Amino acid sequence: MHVLFMFRRPGTLIPVLLLVALAILPFAATAAGQPFWIAFFARIIIFAIAATALNLALGFGGMVSFGHALFLGLGSYAVALPAFYEVGSGWVHLGLCVALSAGAALVTGLISLRTSGIAFIMITLAFAQMGYFVVVSLKSYGGDDGMSIASPSRFGGLNLGSPHHIYGVALVLLVALTWWMARLRVAPFGMVLRGAHQNSRRIDAMGLRAQRYQLAAYVISGAICGVAGLLLANLNAFASPSSMSWMISGELIAMVVLGGMGSVFGPLLGAFVYLGLEEVLKGFTEHWMAVFGPMLVLLALLGKRGIAGMLSQFDKNELPLKTRADAATGLVQGGAQ
Amino acid sequence: MNVALLAAQALNGVQLGVLLFLLAAGLTLVFGIMSFVNLAHGSLYMMGAYITAVAFQATGSFLLSVLTAALGTLVIGAALEWAAVSKLYRRDHLDHVLATFGLVMFFNELVRIIWGTQPFFVPVPDVLSGTVEVLGFSYPAYRFAIIAAGLMTAVACWLLIQKTRVGMLIRAGAQNPAMVAALGVNIRFLNAMLFAVGAMLAGLAGAMAAPILSVQSGMGDGVLITTLVVIVIGGIGSVTGAFYASLIVGLVDTLGRAYLPFLLSNVAERSVADAAGPALASMSAYLLMAVVLAFRPHGLFPEKRGA
Repeated sequence: MHVLFMFRRPGTLIPVLLLVALAILPFAATAAGQPFWIAFFARIIIFAIAATALNLALGFGGMVSFGHALFLGLGSYAVALPAFYEVGSGWVHLGLCVALSAGAALVTGLISLRTSGIAFIMITLAFAQMGYFVVVSLKSYGGDDGMSIASPSRFGGLNLGSPHHIYGVALVLLVALTWWMARLRVAPFGMVLRGAHQNSRRIDAMGLRAQRYQLAAYVISGAICGVAGLLLANLNAFASPSSMSWMISGELIAMVVLGGMGSVFGPLLGAFVYLGLEEVLKGFTEHWMAVFGPMLVLLALLGKRGIAGMLSQFDKNELPLKTRADAATGLVQGGAQ
Repeated sequence: MNVALLAAQALNGVQLGVLLFLLAAGLTLVFGIMSFVNLAHGSLYMMGAYITAVAFQATGSFLLSVLTAALGTLVIGAALEWAAVSKLYRRDHLDHVLATFGLVMFFNELVRIIWGTQPFFVPVPDVLSGTVEVLGFSYPAYRFAIIAAGLMTAVACWLLIQKTRVGMLIRAGAQNPAMVAALGVNIRFLNAMLFAVGAMLAGLAGAMAAPILSVQSGMGDGVLITTLVVIVIGGIGSVTGAFYASLIVGLVDTLGRAYLPFLLSNVAERSVADAAGPALASMSAYLLMAVVLAFRPHGLFPEKRGA
């Protein structure tokens, strides 16, 4: 039943088709003898995970974090540092990654949430810059140059040193995360979060503490972004301070806004279009940024709800509310609204 | 740790602070009055430096180059305001971030296309190439000139904002733009002018910094972030706040880099101090901002706002 509804809604259909295509891609790449595709799309999937994580804070919670690269970088170094001491256990990497990024998100979130508006943007940026400079000053761990990772994360038979394995893990994670976000968006937690985005005073007046929900969302968002960093470090076999630079934070924001903030599929679509367009333009000219930059400006001038918003304009026959609530408890349909 | 060295470092800090003020003055007004997040402000600084470098190669006159740079960035600023920025004022901060992030990319690539990837070096003008003896130590004359020019600009800004009719409108606009518009003032023109003048000040900062830095693509990115730190510490929309915060950040950053590793080695083991010193020094400005924001979310010198 729900599946049938999906075909009337390009806002849901296209992202789902995209995910299906991604599941087929490794086989096509192997058949076509183009292993480059796998690494390239793995990178896109990883950034889609990071953008989805940012969307939880930014799109749902209204917390404009300009410092999410911090968590991406922490995740990367959670692989690089143990690998430096020849610890290749994925569980150690993952534990360190989640502890570091969630811990950092908790501390920075506690302080940042005292502010709002432009001050929030700036203070999250400041924390990310601090992280950047800490990593740059770690001279014994590569400093400015970053460090290459000799022993990638191994989870039993799963070796993240292989692009195929990373691709599989990242895709499964992305699908699970997207499904979770579709659920979370309409779950009580997500409702409170979105309510706090619109008017945190009213949430407080209802007897809920908006800030606690925001902090929880910020920590979850940071931890997931950290995991994306772990995958990215394994994919590149390299961890670099530049993954913490403010340009990366800006790119993540651009992906979320481009795709449509606050929507379930937006970050996924945004990451695809952003990185895909970048690659296409690179094929035409080495000065791709001179074209890409004005495109972003144009998008900001034109777009209101991003790609997800544009697609959902074509959605026919909006479901009646009751059915929509039913759909929300189903699989991915909840996000198409 | 002698007095002469400390004085020289303090002067370096003031010189950095003065440059930061030139950048911060325009940015804080655009932030405060139009509530516009402009990440491309650093690109205007870069354009100022490039125009200076190119004009200097063509004319050989440093003064003329600086004037060209100021005029050039004024025009670029006005064009940007007209083409993109003016249409975004009423939008969400996120749209500002996206659009100006795109502009940063565009300008960084533009200078690479026109002038290549090799950095430019602009020589210090002959008149100012010597050193000046103060209190028993010598200090480069050019850096003194930067401090003097920056302070003069600061005074000019203060006079403009506090003593003229335009300044009064700007102050009124910072407190309640809707009311100013209701009084029949062309607030759109005022905004456009303010944005262009802010761009010119950024270009001027770039022009003055050109002889002491290497002029290259992306040179505005780092300084933009420091400028954002300044205006947040100073209180968004407050030019006075931006002035004090520029000097504070300039001094903290410069003195931190010079003395923190040394001070740490007194209290901690050498290996710890060697590792933590430089990190703490480059973080000091951000640390300061985080502390200020945590205790005074509106900055040190907040602008009083109307409804």
